Amino acid sequence: MNHIMERRTWGAIGLVAGRELSVRLRSKAIIIGTVLMVVVIIALPLVIKLIGNSVGDQTIGVTGNTVGLTAAVEASGNAVGQDITVVTEPDQASGEQQVSAGKLDGLLIANPKGELTLVVKKSANSNLTNALNVLAQQATFSQQITALGGDPAQVRAALNNAHVAVQPLEKPYSYQVQQLILGIVAGVLIYTALMISGQLVAQGVVEEKSSRVVELLLSTVRPWELMLGKVLGIGTIGLAQVVLVGVAGVTTGLLTHTLTISLSAAAGTLIWLIVWFLLGYLMFAIVFAGLGALVSRQEEVASAIMPALMFLIVGYIVGVSVLPSDPSSRFVEILSIIPLFAPTVMPMRLSMGGVPGWEAYLSAVLVAALIPVLLWLAGRIYRNAVLRSGARVRLAEALRPA
Amino acid sequence: MPGGQLEFDALCKTYGAVVALRDMTFEVRAGELFGFVGSNGAGKTTAMRIAMGVLEADSGEVRWGGEQITLDMRRQMGYMPEERGLYPRMKIAAQLIYLARLHGLDSDTARRSTEALLRKLGLSERRDTTVQALSLGNQQRVQLAAAMVHDPGVLILDEPFSGLDPVAVDVMSDVLREKCDRGVPVIFSSHQLDLVERLCDRVGIVKNGSLVACGSIDELRAGAPERLLVDAPAAPPGWADPLPGVEVLRRDGGRTLVELGPGADDQQVLRAALATGPVREFARSRPSLTELFRHVVTDTTETTRERAA
Repeated sequence: MNHIMERRTWGAIGLVAGRELSVRLRSKAIIIGTVLMVVVIIALPLVIKLIGNSVGDQTIGVTGNTVGLTAAVEASGNAVGQDITVVTEPDQASGEQQVSAGKLDGLLIANPKGELTLVVKKSANSNLTNALNVLAQQATFSQQITALGGDPAQVRAALNNAHVAVQPLEKPYSYQVQQLILGIVAGVLIYTALMISGQLVAQGVVEEKSSRVVELLLSTVRPWELMLGKVLGIGTIGLAQVVLVGVAGVTTGLLTHTLTISLSAAAGTLIWLIVWFLLGYLMFAIVFAGLGALVSRQEEVASAIMPALMFLIVGYIVGVSVLPSDPSSRFVEILSIIPLFAPTVMPMRLSMGGVPGWEAYLSAVLVAALIPVLLWLAGRIYRNAVLRSGARVRLAEALRPA
Repeated sequence: MPGGQLEFDALCKTYGAVVALRDMTFEVRAGELFGFVGSNGAGKTTAMRIAMGVLEADSGEVRWGGEQITLDMRRQMGYMPEERGLYPRMKIAAQLIYLARLHGLDSDTARRSTEALLRKLGLSERRDTTVQALSLGNQQRVQLAAAMVHDPGVLILDEPFSGLDPVAVDVMSDVLREKCDRGVPVIFSSHQLDLVERLCDRVGIVKNGSLVACGSIDELRAGAPERLLVDAPAAPPGWADPLPGVEVLRRDGGRTLVELGPGADDQQVLRAALATGPVREFARSRPSLTELFRHVVTDTTETTRERAA
């Protein structure tokens, strides 16, 4: 008997979830939205790559008495972190022509006294001028040492050895720019996905309530079966979206070399993203379903779910505004462990890297432990409120035992 | 599954200070079409919702075939809620198949049953139309289909005839009658008392949350005082006044409607009428359900409770 009951329950939940799934799969808005998200996520690494290239490598020409500086230019470029390609031009006139045509970023010339000039079209890239300034300073430095009777090479060697020693008390984590970007992208993705699927759940509950079909449904299925079926059906769509967008983004990133993290780190990022979508979705969708049942009209959905939505929004806003400039912020670290904020904040931190293992697991376990409690609470609100159409049902009333 | 009767046993329900049901007890027999009538807010919808498990009674229970109704039994019951409801943007065939499957039919049976029902209700060509695109009358037909698609063993319909045109009323009546003929207890509520009188095997009249009269129309009439229609064109006004226990209700030209109180003699009325001149018509006036209903519902002093065992 028990066994049959269980099969029936799962059968009912499966049917409800299946209906949600087939309705959403036929919805143009959802299909277009997903395609758009995939296009954007694929375009993002490509755009970064393009922009990176245009300001990345600098090519300058040398001619006449600056040809000898080729190696020195490249070296000083390295010193300031700017790749400089040096091309030898037959004479100053043809070099300037190349600069005018935009083929060269600049032409390096020197007067007989050895003073350097960079001929550019309109303005010079600041990294490039920095590198050349270093070059000019070193040249002047060497000249002065020679004039004073010293050996420039010896002085330079001594200078190179002089530096301050740094002794960290805690092992620091060095955040790479691309990981910060990855974190923000993960944050935006998970926030968008939770927001969209969560609201779909609330709207779906209200649709059944406002069309009154819920009374017919509740004569054959239990309230919590109907609620859970809806949550699972819509969640499947959301999960598919996150997986699709996440895989497309990371793959494009790796293929275009915009992302240079290891394959296992990339896979780890994706897996955490999916785990956090699932945890966050279950947590918020269940609450949204309960709160949605309080109202009878679509126009009231937004205000009904607002109290829960606030946590989602606050977590996201704090994450994207604090983390990029201060990835190891103590405040955000604490926030990422509090279950209500964790689903948006933790995946951002995880994508940025440097999260201690215990924090990652603790935060996930806390959310997972909260879900059954929320399911019980939301199920109760839902059961008490979903048949009471008309005026908005007060939360306290809906929570009262039936 | 039980093919037996549907019993409402001492149902009580209050909403805060409002008493919706007060010890409501009656039964709908297998193969019987039962009409459930009463003023607005008398408790009909509440009783039906309790039977469908959509509401919980404070006390009392609803049984089918002697067993208290469980969720599993409920899946074999058909329901048309007072508040009509279907998914507005779902195609009707897909919607009916979905509902049939929720009631436990496998997908093949659900499909076949849906197509057959759509054919019977004349909706086959609309099978891929969304509900919101249908006329109100057709939406009502789909709602009936939703109550019947799983071939239920009990039908509970809240105001199935409201808003139907005469042709749709006939279709609905035929479908319900057909269901009864197969041994299914069918209960429906309605304010169209002439329809209930014509259609139902038995009628229950609800007032203030309890059943105040229940039985076939004839049984209900037996509880009402006897009335006579006398057509005596030459009779002067007040001709019947001296007769003991006789009350004149209406006079319209030569036609007089009188009500016979306890101990009154109809032969005495006839003699008095003949004494005034010719009598063209002398007949027992059978009160309509509407009249019975008025009598029962406005009668505050005594509660008639005719229960055929």
